[in-house]
Amino acid sequence: MKKKQKNILPRKSNTLKLSFDTSWTYAPAPESRTSATIQPRYDLFINGKWTKPESGKYFETINPANEETLSEIAEANAADVNKAVAAARNAYEKYWKKLPAKERGKYIFRIARMMQEKSRELAIIESLDGGKPIRESRDFDIPEAANHFFYYAGWADKLDYAFPGKKTASLGVAGQIIPWNFPLLMAAWKIAPALATGNTVVLKPAETTPLTALKLAELIQEADLPPGVVNIITGAGETGAALVQHPDINKIAFTGSTEVGKMILRAVAGTNKKLTLELGGKAANIIFEDAPLDQAVEGIINGIFFNQGHVCCAGSRLYIQESVANTVIRKLKDRIETLIVGDPLDKNTDIGAINSKKQLETIHYYIKTGIQEGAEIYESSCRLPSKGFWCKPTLFLNVAQSSRIAQEEIFGPVLAILTFRTDDEVIEKANNTPYGLSAGVWTDKGSRIFNMTRKMRAGVVWANTYNKFDPTSPFGGYKESGFGREGGLHGLMPYLHLSNLIPNSTRK
Amino acid sequence: MINSNLIPDFTLSPRIDQTGAEERALRFTRRSIKKESKINGLKLVLNMIDLTTLEGKDTEGKVKQLCYKAMHLHDALPGLPTVAAVCVYPLFVKTAKKALEGSGIKVASVATAFPGGQAPRDVKIRETKFAVNEGADEVDMVISRGRFHAGEYNYVFDEIAAVKEACGPARLKVILETGELVSFDKIRRASDIAMYAGADFIKTSTGKIQPAATLPVTLIMLEAIRDFYYKTGKKVGMKPAGGISKSKTALHYLVMVKEVLGEGWLTNEWFRFGASSLANDVLMQIAKETTGIYQAANYFSID
Repeated sequence: MKKKQKNILPRKSNTLKLSFDTSWTYAPAPESRTSATIQPRYDLFINGKWTKPESGKYFETINPANEETLSEIAEANAADVNKAVAAARNAYEKYWKKLPAKERGKYIFRIARMMQEKSRELAIIESLDGGKPIRESRDFDIPEAANHFFYYAGWADKLDYAFPGKKTASLGVAGQIIPWNFPLLMAAWKIAPALATGNTVVLKPAETTPLTALKLAELIQEADLPPGVVNIITGAGETGAALVQHPDINKIAFTGSTEVGKMILRAVAGTNKKLTLELGGKAANIIFEDAPLDQAVEGIINGIFFNQGHVCCAGSRLYIQESVANTVIRKLKDRIETLIVGDPLDKNTDIGAINSKKQLETIHYYIKTGIQEGAEIYESSCRLPSKGFWCKPTLFLNVAQSSRIAQEEIFGPVLAILTFRTDDEVIEKANNTPYGLSAGVWTDKGSRIFNMTRKMRAGVVWANTYNKFDPTSPFGGYKESGFGREGGLHGLMPYLHLSNLIPNSTRK
Repeated sequence: MINSNLIPDFTLSPRIDQTGAEERALRFTRRSIKKESKINGLKLVLNMIDLTTLEGKDTEGKVKQLCYKAMHLHDALPGLPTVAAVCVYPLFVKTAKKALEGSGIKVASVATAFPGGQAPRDVKIRETKFAVNEGADEVDMVISRGRFHAGEYNYVFDEIAAVKEACGPARLKVILETGELVSFDKIRRASDIAMYAGADFIKTSTGKIQPAATLPVTLIMLEAIRDFYYKTGKKVGMKPAGGISKSKTALHYLVMVKEVLGEGWLTNEWFRFGASSLANDVLMQIAKETTGIYQAANYFSID
């Protein structure tokens, strides 16, 4: 029946290739758009009402997957910011500050539940406006955003227990500026702890992805939150600057680029405003030779291609121990062939559209830089749609520590791969960056994990996993990745004044 | 046989992170398989089934009926493929072989004191030779799990190699009985031993032990096959068996094969389902996709 099996000789692995271009393919499985309602025009959400902008101007928000306009969005100028801050101040002084903490908690729980009820619509809009795959917005962004509201709702009436021996007091009005990579989730990270601690909010979403924050405003209106407690204003950098510079703001929370973070830091210097910054990153993802390699490959993929690489904690610098470098790279090359790039609304899509033309240009600039620096480029063989903003999953091999693609944040699906020999060497290399937001360590050895986590200067170090988030876990950076923590108990602190209580027994 | 210089130290088989492997396996179940890809997938599944009866109460009559079913899955629906093989005990190989003559369907026989494998090696070899002499195209052996747990990897390796030799032209499927190995590290190690010892297929389970086939366990074995292929250039097949009774689950397995090993393994030469009740669920789904309505279970024969 079969011819006799001859002795098999060792072969160079590079002569063998698996083919993932299979005859059995997946039919398109698009999520229906019909269950999502997007208004043709959105005004500013100030004092519980939709308010026309003083500026009289509107800008368009588009679907980055096909460049079609989704809606017109009001552009808030300094006068609009003034109105929003005044509404927040009024709500704080007249109502929110005096409300029993338990009642505050009830409002936040209500928002969380309503987000769950509307999760499908929110997920579709998030994918339409931002380009991320529906699998991620449905399974990660929206549930995680609701979880943040649930988690902080629970803290609202327990603040006295959060910081034993301290007395807590709210700050006042918080100005919050969020990025375009996780629009609704970042809104949740900002709004939930601010409300739980008794502050009122003026939030500005990013200009390319304002829609889910505006849907959140609709939801907050429906939840009957007192007018002015949450105000959502839209616009670009100038709107943000006006918010940061407004004299009646007590606290600024910003997530975004390190460049803008530095500008905010300068603007806030010398004022009484409290500040937290969650900025860029260039995380080291470190694979030791004893690591579970197939799972590590998944971690690498998840680390750099999650949300098209638009993740501040993306594992964008891969360090592989030299003895397993060829194996890991071969596995990575096979794995990126099976990533499905395309329509963000298709349930099978792994990698969606790049968020904006501007970001795509940045990514292309760095890909060009990598090639000029002499690194070896390897891209997936996938085909890209003709309209919209797209980038193939890209690996750069033979990258040096001094290459710019290994030093600067690309914020796209581009991985710089470097090798190392010893533990000490990789710790030094991993820390050799102005950033310090996150890192990953892959090894079968428990003691090595603890040694590494102690010596890595990064806010989050994942061991044998990557990009895992939970509302109970604090998140934030070292060095130029920012300061302050969001999430968990730590995430309450930036929104509170803490003062010492002197127990009776120690009084003389 | 593999060139002996290439046989690795099996204690150094790659380590598996169970949480990571389970997460990865779950991800395959998120693929949405609709319309023509569902129909094509289901037909492929039918064609990959080893229709199985392995019971103490098996008789010639039962085996003959099963063989007829293998060739005529559901004649009300034209254009269906047949299953890949019929899997029986050695005593029924001759009956099955005769019943399936000319159909192209293979006869697979379990051997080596299935399912426990607790017998002297010469008994196992004799049983294997008996099955092959009776006409078995494929032999499904069980490994000595006790010896494996005791760390006697050479014993396990040599036994598989000896059975392979006894198989002659018949293809050898090596059942690891993953439900008895339990840890993913051990499943990976046993997969490596079986492949280097000459397995043509590695197979999860006998179907007699729970848990039988699962997606994460099959993933670990597919990844072992991939690594072995890159090391040696030799393809090894995969057969999850036991516990796969629904079309949807079978499609998840197919997705996994497509995305781990690719086109080369999407054929019944290299991938099989060991199952008895899966076929009817697949037939029901195909009928539904074709006619637009679910038909009652009574329309599908139960063999």
